[in-house]
Order: sequence, then structure tokens, then C-alpha cells
Amino acid sequence: MSDANFPVGARAQSSLLALDARTKKRNAAEARFRAYGIGAIAIGLLFLMVLITSIFAKGMGAFQQTFITLNVELSEAKIDKSGTRDLEAIKKITTFGYNPLIDAALAQALTDAAIDNPFSKGKDLRKMLSSSAAADVRDFVIANPDRIGDTVEFHLLASSRVDGYLKGRVSRESLTRDKNLTPAHLDLVDAFYGAGVVSKGFNLPFITGADASESRPEQAGIGVSMLGSLYMMLVVLACALPVGVAASIYLEEFAPQNWFTDLIEVNIANLAAVPSIVFGILGLSVFIQFAHLPQSAPLVGGLVLTLMTLPTIIISTRASLKSVPPSIREAALGVGASKMQTVFHHVLPLAMPGILTGTIIGLAQALGETAPLLLIGMVGYVASNYPSGLVDGFMSPNSAMPAQIYEWAKRADPAYYERAWGGIIILLLFLMCMNIIAIILRRRFERRW
Amino acid sequence: MNDMTKIEKVAAMQDIKITASGVQVHYGDNHAIKDVSVNIQDKTVTAFIGPSGCGKSTFLRCLNRMNDTIDICRVSGEILLDGEDIYDKRVDPVQLRAKVGMVFQKPNPFPKSIYDNIAYGPRIHGLSRNKAELDDIVEKSLRRGAIWDEVKDRLHAPGTGLSGGQQQRLCIARAIATEPEVLLMDEPCSALDPIATAQVEELIDELRQSYCVVIVTHSMQQAARVSQKTAFFHLGNLVEYGDTDKIFTNPEDKRTESYITGRIG
Ligand SMILES: Nc1ncnc2c1ncn2[C@@H]1O[C@H](COP(=O)(O)OP(=O)(O)OP(=O)(O)O)[C@@H](O)[C@H]1O
Ligand SMILES: [Mg+2]
Repeated sequence: MSDANFPVGARAQSSLLALDARTKKRNAAEARFRAYGIGAIAIGLLFLMVLITSIFAKGMGAFQQTFITLNVELSEAKIDKSGTRDLEAIKKITTFGYNPLIDAALAQALTDAAIDNPFSKGKDLRKMLSSSAAADVRDFVIANPDRIGDTVEFHLLASSRVDGYLKGRVSRESLTRDKNLTPAHLDLVDAFYGAGVVSKGFNLPFITGADASESRPEQAGIGVSMLGSLYMMLVVLACALPVGVAASIYLEEFAPQNWFTDLIEVNIANLAAVPSIVFGILGLSVFIQFAHLPQSAPLVGGLVLTLMTLPTIIISTRASLKSVPPSIREAALGVGASKMQTVFHHVLPLAMPGILTGTIIGLAQALGETAPLLLIGMVGYVASNYPSGLVDGFMSPNSAMPAQIYEWAKRADPAYYERAWGGIIILLLFLMCMNIIAIILRRRFERRW
Repeated sequence: MNDMTKIEKVAAMQDIKITASGVQVHYGDNHAIKDVSVNIQDKTVTAFIGPSGCGKSTFLRCLNRMNDTIDICRVSGEILLDGEDIYDKRVDPVQLRAKVGMVFQKPNPFPKSIYDNIAYGPRIHGLSRNKAELDDIVEKSLRRGAIWDEVKDRLHAPGTGLSGGQQQRLCIARAIATEPEVLLMDEPCSALDPIATAQVEELIDELRQSYCVVIVTHSMQQAARVSQKTAFFHLGNLVEYGDTDKIFTNPEDKRTESYITGRIG
């Protein structure tokens, strides 16, 4: 049948209660399209679920750590022979000097739990503990010299192998290729675990701590690089927000429309698409090699990320300025407001939610950025010391969360694998918080006109 | 004003507020206003009529230099306000716009409270020394805008929450709050229903006592009702200008006649 040949008036004879062929076809197409949409969303959700479960499954372990509880006798004879509690003298004793104390405490723990010592040398027994244990005890003594002579309870970090055994990562078979620990140690761990000497606990040091050397994964934490990220974000916020907003206001409200502003516009759009590593190498050559700013400093990292974030902020700010209806501008100009008063009293407040959202999204992008940081030396292992103050925080070498995660993922010891995932969980939590803040701000500032 | 005798009133009506001579406006290559010369009288309502696109809004916007905000717009010729050239280099358009207020076709209250809508102009021009004075200006303006009774209980409610007609009267009140000398209105009633239109027209008639009012309208009846002088524009030319009565009853130009009788438009 062809619709075109219908005589005038011949269409009238169709019932509304029966679907004609054309409507059926249209409805079917609509239903199909809806099914595609639902399918696409379902696939997306599935991937998201897989991603989140795998991240949590692999990363949650990092928030648990195995500790060994020992009663260490801080024997005066070993660490303060003179008995004068002279701090300088106490500091002269290196961590090696504390090993005998720990050995003795371990032996005591064996006796208390009525377990036979399978090892002849104290050194072998000590392998169950992290090599940071002696340093922990020494730090405690230096901080509390008056406790010398007492017996103090310490929660010392277990070695990463012991930790891995309790988390199922290390087995007796895998130890045959490992010179750090023997199956005999694992028997001992089992016995100690039963006696409560070895226990698992929440791993606060992972969140607050600093990075550790490659051989001590049990000690590594993300806290210092978190601070590095924070300082960088402060720099980005302080530089990118005012510059970005000022540039957008000028371009959107004041600049004449000519080839030059068109050129700028095209360039900004292009900059937003430039790979971040390009900004990294630019930062290296400009900020470090030319301006001689310190290497690996969050200040430099922040400046590099500012360059990267600016286009994002400018584009989103301009979009939100554009979305303010021109009638508002006319109204303000009409009552005799100057251009600047119009912008600052009327346009900017209305554009604020969009600007804030754009800024936070830009910041979130910068927070997760790794590549440019590697080029300016903000690599993970740098984050091993807390900055001593605000200036130090900006100027002294540090890393950032994503660089720290990359560093851990790169290390050979499988114990670091878990930490990398744990770091990712923390990073994602930060990003989620920022997005929630963006949503809240948008809701709060939103006004209708 | 009210105690003036009728003769004085007529004399006042003869004062010329705005003198435009040889005004040309180009939007890029588009010649929108072609050599328009007109004298607009004080304390009078002057209506601009003409078919769509003939340049009424463009010419109106020349009078308070609103066209400055359009990049491609070029204005030449001379427009005098009280004998002073408003396109002189020394004139700050911001200062000019405080003297020449404008009401737009679509009601455009600020997304702020009713109070702040009115108070904004006086605030930025420093017309009040304290809160009490400002309150006073707001009340006076709202009264003159014939909207006080409707909003006096909710001065701090958003201005955007009013009805279309109320919003337009709010915008008129906002324009007169800065005490302008000239009030430009670009189709102020096009978004309003007949009742709101009647209210605004009544208001315009009152405003005539103290202001020079210029109104663009598409409604012949409205022009006939509210204005004393009418200017008919066609394709960028000012075809005819004179007393409203004469234009509507006995136009000189054939084009005016055809437009008024509905043959072009
Ligand atoms: N911002 C602008 N940019 C370019 N051209 C414009 C602009 N505003 C107006 N014009 C042109 O100027 C001419 C006159 O327009 P104007 O808006 O003054 O007409 P009008 O008489 O007010 O029409 P209407 O009754 O429809 O409002 C038209 O040809 C229009 O295309
Ligand atoms: Mg118009």
C-alpha cells in the first residue's frame, strides 16, 4: 500500500483500539532501543561491580597487619651502661644494640607459651619480626629514657612473610624458594597465634605512615605521600582557580571577538587534550632546570598540575558563564551597573555552581595524575619523611598518592602488591569525597531564574 | 507636578529632551538604521511603531548606548540628551544609563529578593545614605510601579517567584528606582495578559508626569492609548513622526497608512 495514493478522506476509517502496522513497527523500534539502553547500562554496572569488588578484595588486606606482642625488658646494662640516662650516650647505641633485648623477649615469649625453640640462633628467631622492630624499640627508649630498666609491652610489626602467611599469601611450599623464612617459623607462628602473641590488627600506620625500603613492605604507609598530594592540591587550588576564573571571565565577558581571541580559544581547547606527560616534561624544563625550583617538591608538582588543570577550569567556567541568560546582564547594565559590577554582582554568583563543580573535577583529575609527577622526581620512594612544617611541606621532596601506588606496584616483593591496592582504595575514597563535595556545593548554590 | 496649571503642562510638554540627528546604525554589513533624525519631548510618551525588524529596538537601544555591548554594532550621527552628545568620548555609558533607564521586552528580574531587585540600582549609584533611606526608596519605587500592595508582605521573597505581569511591573519599579530622566521601554507588555497590560499602561500614563517615556510597541491600540507622539519606522527609516492623533487618523505617508490599516507588517 502507498500512503500517497490515498484519496482524500479515506484515512478516517481506522479504529483507535487496534494498532496499525506502522504504529506497531514504531513501538517495536522503541522497545528495542530501550532494551539496548538498559543493556548498555547493565554492562556498565557489571564492570563497575567487578572493578569495585576486585579492588576491595585485593586491597582490604593492606588495612590489616600482623603484630607480635612482646614484653621487652629495657635492660640498663645493655642500653645505658653508665646509668646516667644521658640522651647523647643512649643515642650512640645503634639498633644493633637493641637486638639482644628483642631476642631475649622472644625467648621469654616462647617459655611463657611453653613452646620449644626450634632455632639455635637468636637471629633466626628474630626473622619473624620486621627489621624495623629494633628501631621501634630504640625510638621508644629515646623518647622515654626514664623507662629504662622497666619491662615494656611492645606491639612490634611482624615480618611481611609472617603477615603474608596469616593472610594466605605465603605457604610452606612457597617458602622453599625463600631464604627469609623457613617452615619451622610458620609452625612457630601457628603456636604463637594460638597463644595470642601473634595477632592481626587494624593497620593505622598504613594510612599515616611513610614509605619504607623495598625489604620492609610491612612498614610502608601512604601518609606522607597523602600529605604531598594535599600540598599539591593547595598549590593547584591557589593558582588554577583565580587564574582560570579570571581568564574565563575576561574571555567570556570582556574580550572583543576577533581572530586573536579565537586563537586563544582554540589553544585552550587543545591544551585540555594534551597528554599530561607533556606538562611533566614542560615542568621539568621550566620550573626545575630554568627556574631552579627544588626537585620533587610539591610546589613544582602543584605548578605542573596547575598547567594541566587550567584548561579544564577555564572550559567549565566559560560554559557556566555562558549559561547565565543574557537578559540578566541586560537588566544589570540597564540600571546603570558597570560591566564589572554586572559580572561580579549578577553573572558570577549565578555561574558559581558550575565553576565550583568544574574546579573540583579539575582537582580530582590532578589528584589522580601520575605521569607528570614521575618526570619531576616526585617518585614514590621519596615519601619517606614527614615534612617538618608548612614551608617544608611545599619545598622538601615528597611524592603523591598515585606515584606512591605506582612505586609499590612496581616493586618485586608481593607484599607490596596488596599495599598498592590499598593505596588505590584510599585514593578512590578521596576522589569520591571530592565528587560528593562538588555535588553538595552545586545543590547549595543552585538558584533558578 | 500636579499643581501645575494646564498651560504650564503644555509648555512643559514642549521641552525637547532628546535630539537625534542623522543617526545611522550598522550591524556589520547590515544597515539597520538609516539617517534617522527625531526630537523626543520631555514629559511625553513617545511610541515607536513599525513592522518587525524595522529597527525600533535598535534605535531605542541607541538612546542609552545599550548597543555598545554588541561588538559588531556601529552607531554614527548625533544624539543629544539635554543638549549633550551622549556619544561624546567623555561620556561614560554607565553614567548615561543611570539617567536613561530601560525596561525590556521579557521581564528580567534579578534572581534575588524583591527588595534587592529594587535596591540594587540605588545602592550602586549611592542614592541612599543608610538603610532607612534605602527602605524608603524601595517603597516609593514599588508604589510608583503599582505593585507595592501585592508585594509589601513578601519583600524578601525572590523576585523571580512573581507572575509575569508582576515581574514586569517590578522591572519598571527597578528602572525608576534609580531616578532616571528618560525611561525606555521595549515592548513592555508583549509578555503580559490584558489585565496586566492595562495596569502597565496606566502606570506609563502616570510616569509621563515626571519622565520622558519612549515605548516600542506592536499594538496600534496601545500606541494610541498611551502615547502623545508616535514615530513610524520602516526598513530602518523613520517614515513619519508626529502627534499620535494625527498619525492614526490622518497619516501623511502611504506606508504609514498601509501599516496602520494592516496592509504591511
Ligand atoms: N544583535 C544584533 N546583531 C546583528 N543584527 C541585529 C542585531 N539586533 C538586530 N539586528 C538587526 O537589525 C535590524 C533591526 O532589528 P531590531 O531588533 O531593531 O528590530 P525591531 O524593529 O525591534 O523588530 P521587532 O519588532 O521584531 O522587535 C534587523 O534586521 C536585525 O536583524
Ligand atoms: Mg524589538
